Parts: sequence; C-alpha cells; structure tokens
Amino acid sequence: MCLALPMRVIEFLPGEMAVAERDGIRKEISVTLVPEVAIGDYVIVHVGFALAKLDPAEARRTLALIAEMAAPGPR
Amino acid sequence: MIAFDAFRDGETARRLAAAIAAEAQPGRSYAFMEFCGGHTHAICRYAIAEMLPANLRMVHGPGCPVCVLPVGRVDAAIAIAERTGVTLCSFGDVLRIPGSHRRSLLSAKAAGADVRVVYSPLDALALAQALPDRQVVFFAVGFETTTPPTAAVLARARHLGIGNFSVFCNHVLTPPAIAAVLGEAADRPVLDGILGPAHVAAVTGADAFAGFARDARMPVVIAGFEPLDLLQAILMLVRQANSGAARVEIQFSRGVTAAGNRAAQALTAEVFEPRAHFAWRGLGQLAESGLRPRPGFAAWNAETRFEIGDPPPEPRTACRCAEILRGLAQPADCPLFGSACTPESPHGACMVSSEGACAAEWSYGRGRRRIWKELR
Repeated sequence: MCLALPMRVIEFLPGEMAVAERDGIRKEISVTLVPEVAIGDYVIVHVGFALAKLDPAEARRTLALIAEMAAPGPR
Repeated sequence: MIAFDAFRDGETARRLAAAIAAEAQPGRSYAFMEFCGGHTHAICRYAIAEMLPANLRMVHGPGCPVCVLPVGRVDAAIAIAERTGVTLCSFGDVLRIPGSHRRSLLSAKAAGADVRVVYSPLDALALAQALPDRQVVFFAVGFETTTPPTAAVLARARHLGIGNFSVFCNHVLTPPAIAAVLGEAADRPVLDGILGPAHVAAVTGADAFAGFARDARMPVVIAGFEPLDLLQAILMLVRQANSGAARVEIQFSRGVTAAGNRAAQALTAEVFEPRAHFAWRGLGQLAESGLRPRPGFAAWNAETRFEIGDPPPEPRTACRCAEILRGLAQPADCPLFGSACTPESPHGACMVSSEGACAAEWSYGRGRRRIWKELR
C-alpha cells in the first residue's frame, strides 16, 4: 500500500486536481498538498495525491555523486 | 527530464557494491536497519543484501503499517463492516490482514459484508457521494505519507457536509516507532545506523530524524527506493560508522528537505491530534505514536460514530512477527514462515503486505531458497 511513484504534472483540473503522466500512463491526482506545483514539475504520487515535488537538478547531482563514489571498474 | 532508469543501472550498482566492500572495515561488523517497508521490499526485490559484504547486515524494521496494525483494530474494522448499512473500504492489502481466529475483512466480505478496495481516500469519499443511503467508512492505515491524503479527504468531507462518510483512523508516526526499536529494552537490536524513509521525510522533513543522530548517536541516511539510492545510502552509512559520526544525511536530495512539506504538515495538524497511546503489533503501547481526528471532526470519526473502544492485548501465537518487527528475528527464523504462513494464506501481518519483511523475503526467493537448502 505504501508504493509512491514519481510522475510529471501535465495538466491542471478543477478542484485542486491534475493529470500526471509516467511512461505513457496518465492518472488524475490531487495537488492539494503541493500548492506550489507547476505544469512540467515532477511529483511523488502516493494514494492519488502528489506528496512532494522532485527536483531534476538534484537528481542529476545525485547521479553525478553516485558515479564519483562508485569504485572504478569494470575489472 | 529526470532519467529514472539511471537509478537502476546494474554496472554502477556493482561498482557501488565494490566501493562498500572496499570501505567496510574487515575487523568489525555493520548492522543497519531499514525502517521502511518500502525499503525492505526494494532490498529483497533488487537483491541488495546479496551484493553486500558478509560483515554488513541489513535488519528489517517495523515500518510497514499493515504489519504493525494490532489484531484488535482489525477486529474492530470487521465489526464495523458487519453492521447493517455500512460499506467499508480500504487499500487492498489492508483487507487481507488476519484478525482474531484468522478472520480478515476479505473473509467478512465473502460472508456478505460490503467491503471494497480503494486506491485512494478520494475514491472512498466519492463512494460516499455515490451511495447516499449507505454509511461509507474509510479504514485509514499508514504513516506520515498516507496521513495527509486522509486529512485532505476529511477536511473535504466536512467542507461539503457529507454526512454518510467517516474515517476509522489508524495513522501512526515513524519517530516513536524508531525510538521504541532503539529504546532501552535489554534485548534491543544492536544497530550501527538507520536507513531513513525518503517519502516519509519528504513530508516530515529530515529534521524529524535529528534526535536519533543527536541523542542515540546513530548515523541516519534518508534514502530513496531505487537500487542506486539504496547502495549509495548504505555507503554513506558505512562512511559515517567508520568515522564515528552520527548525523542525518539526505541521500534522496531530489525530494527531501530539512523542513519537509509545510502544506501537508499544516493540514495534518489541522485535522488530526496525537492519541495518548496507540498499540503496535510487536512494539506494544507507544505514547503519542498514533493520530485521531480532532474533536471538530468527531462527526466524521468512525470510532465516535460506531463507539469503538481500545483493543484488547495481542494474543500469543507461534508467529514471530513481533520479534521480526523489532529487528530481533529474521523471517526464516519463524516456524510458520513458508509453511503455515505464505502470502496466499498469511498467518502473521508481515506476510500480508508486499512491504512486509516475510512477504518480501518469500516473494523474491531468498527465504524459499533457504528452506529448500534445509530440506535437502
């Protein structure tokens, strides 16, 4: 039940709802909990609600840091 | 664009595992608890434990809300569902939790009760609007991630004056459960660090975990749920442990801040208040560890509407869920694991949800392999 997935907000709907998309799958979600969300933002979706925004720049920084921390290879 | 697949790259995962093995000091051991059931599931699914050196052990924690729900609360939900005119709904795995005498909401449904699966509390409220002649009860279970959605729906029900909707609230809090595991008990697990849950922390903020680093001197890394997230976080824990540090680090920086989601926190505080005590399977009564609707929402509180009292103490069985939830036993240590208790016919709650330690180990084969080895 605790599954939460990143999705991208592509359209706002009335009643603090929005359409979010991931891998071609679209879903209506509530954006009540993320009032600052904008079209094109990534959000974590859990039980039909966007819980938090995801920062693409931070995602890239994390991947760069992972590449740096990973041991040199392949051996 | 965020390249989500990049967080599952196998070659980088192997190199991160090699870095962990290189930095783990051979003269000592490491035990890190993943608190969250989502992490337990991911660790089993991606075989993370098998990639780690022999002296580094991941210990499953109590962070599966389905698993920690006591039998008495399940029995109360079944009793509500069996009332005339009630439609009770909840998430799919919640309906499978065994209550007393191995009854569940699904078996109550089979016997004629109107029990339904919903994906979201929004669906529960929509059901109440669609069925004005029935009392629709949402059986709410979950940690800080699932609580704000329930709060939003309760606020909406009150705003719209929907009188045939109520919530049977079983929302619980992460920090008191971690505190109970770390606690003072003589048989507490010996841990060298905590893998903190990213989605909970996205709501609460990483600061909610600061006390464990400061007071319990425990390294904490708030980690995401992809394989590279987990391996990077484990390496960060090894580095903290090696240097004698104890601080909260955020691995999942793409979604977690120190302060968290203020809007979600404000809505939760507006709708819910802490209970003096709440009973957890495995951990017992924990002070200020559960939430209930504030008096202003009494008309939408199923406990008030259906006069639900405190549940009786847990019955004792051969099931070792209680020790598994505290990190004191592994699923394969339980005599019921894989014999009397399987995901198809769960005896204990850890086998119910895919985030439960027993179901995760069973489903991804590690536990099964161990049993086959013993049989041979």
